[in-house]
Amino acid sequence: MCLGIPGRVTRWLDQDPLFAKAEVDFGGLKKVCHFACVPDAEIGDFVIVHAGIAITQISAEQAALIETDLSDFDPANKSQEEGTSG
Amino acid sequence: MKYLTEYRNPQTAQALVAEIRKLATQRWRIMEVCGGQTHNLLKYGIESELTDVVELIHGPGCPVCVTPAEIIDIAQQISLQPMTILTTFGDMLRVPGTAQSLNQTRASGGDVRIVYSPVDAVELARLNPDLDVVFLGVGFETTAPSTALAVLQADQLRLDNFSVLVSHVRVLPAMRIILESSKSRLQGFLAAGHVCTITGLEEYQDLVDTYEIPVVITGFEPIDLLQGIQSCVQMLEHGKPRLLNCYPRSVKRGGNVNAMKLIDEVYQIVDQSWRGIGIIPAGGLSLKPDYRKYDAWSRFVGSRSPVNPIETVCRSAEVLQGLIKPPECSAYGKSCKPAHPLGAPMVSSEGACAAYYRYRINNDPQSEKAPLIDG
Ligand code: SF4
Repeated sequence: MCLGIPGRVTRWLDQDPLFAKAEVDFGGLKKVCHFACVPDAEIGDFVIVHAGIAITQISAEQAALIETDLSDFDPANKSQEEGTSG
Repeated sequence: MKYLTEYRNPQTAQALVAEIRKLATQRWRIMEVCGGQTHNLLKYGIESELTDVVELIHGPGCPVCVTPAEIIDIAQQISLQPMTILTTFGDMLRVPGTAQSLNQTRASGGDVRIVYSPVDAVELARLNPDLDVVFLGVGFETTAPSTALAVLQADQLRLDNFSVLVSHVRVLPAMRIILESSKSRLQGFLAAGHVCTITGLEEYQDLVDTYEIPVVITGFEPIDLLQGIQSCVQMLEHGKPRLLNCYPRSVKRGGNVNAMKLIDEVYQIVDQSWRGIGIIPAGGLSLKPDYRKYDAWSRFVGSRSPVNPIETVCRSAEVLQGLIKPPECSAYGKSCKPAHPLGAPMVSSEGACAAYYRYRINNDPQSEKAPLIDG
C-alpha cells in the first residue's frame, strides 16, 4: 500500500541533489532517509516518508496536529520494517 | 508508546459519522482506490459503522495484488541465476507466482533478499561488484520515484551490476477502466492520497468532467477517511461532482515536482498487465531506452511485452474492480486464508481479502461489528 509515515527531520547527512540524505525521527525511532524529492526540507520540518524516500513536506500548522503513531513503524511489524511496495 | 492524533479522535469521528448520516438520503456507492485506505476503513470500523448509508467498494490500489503472477515467475528465474541477487520489498515474498512464491524459490536456492528501499539495492550492488543485483520494482506512482532514483544513482556511480525489473503501475488508467466497465456501479471516488502527493491533481479533473463523478483526494487516518466520505456524500446529494482535495497537508495541487522529474526522466508509459484485470492501456511504466542498461527485462528476459494473465479459481479480478466483496468468493476463509493465500489480495495486509479476513467482516448480519476507531 502507499503507506507514508510522518517523521521529523533531525539532521542532514548529504545534500547532493541525487544522493541527498537526512536522518528522520519517527516518534523516537531514527532512520536515514533519502531526500532527492524534498531537497528543501529543514531540520525540524515534518516529512512523509515512503519506501525510504521523503515524498512531501508538511506545513508547520499541519505538523502541530500530527503525532507519529509508532505502531505504524514498529520493527516487529515485519512488512513495514522490510519495506512495502505501495 | 502510542499517541492518539487529531486524526484519530473518536469524538471527531462520531461527529463526522452523524454528519454523513444526516446528509445521506440514500445509500451511496463510493470506491476507495488505495489498499491502505481499505485496510484502515476496516481496521477502524468505518465500513461497518456507515454500511446502511454508504457502500464502500474496494478498489484496485494494492500493488502487491495487481502484480501479475508471471512477473513473480520472471523474478524467480532471475534469482536462480548464478552470481545474481534478486531484491524486493518484504511484502512481495509471499505473493503466489504461477507455481510458487519468491519465499519458496528462496527455500530452493534462489538468492532473494528484502530491501526497505530500492536505493538500498544500489548500495548492495556497490558493495558486491562481482554479483548482479536486480531490484523487482512494483507499486504505484508513490513508489515509482524511488525506483527511478535508484536507477539514476546507479548511473551516477557507473554501476554495471545493477538493474531493475520494473512493474510499476499507474492508477488513473485503472480508475477509467473501472468506470467504463458496464458492471461498474460506483458513484464516487476517494482517490489515493499518496499517489496524488506525487502526481498532483491536474489529471483527475478530466475524470470528473468526463464521467461527472466526484473525486475526493483522501488521506489514510480515520478522520481523513471520514472527511473524504462526508465531502463525497455532500457532492452526491447536491448533484455537483467536483474534484476536492481533502488531504492538503500532504497533497499540493502540482504534486511533488522533484519526484515527477525523476519519473519523467527515467520511465515511459506502456500498456501493462494488472493481475486479475488484464492489460490496461497506458496502465504502467517501463524504463526509457536511454536506461536500457539498467533494465532487467532486456538483460535477463529479452524484449518486454505485457503478459496475459492466467485464469485461476481466485476471483481477485472482481474483487479488485469492486464487483464483489471478498466473502462472495467461495474460497474465502476456506481454501484461501492469509496463511495459505490462493490469490494476491489475501497476501498483503492491504489486500481487500486479507483486510476482511483480519477484521472478521463477513456477510453474516449477526457477526460482531467492529467498534469505531479501536485501532
Ligand atoms: S478470497 Fe482468496 S481466492 Fe478468493 S478472491 Fe480473495 S484472494 Fe482470491
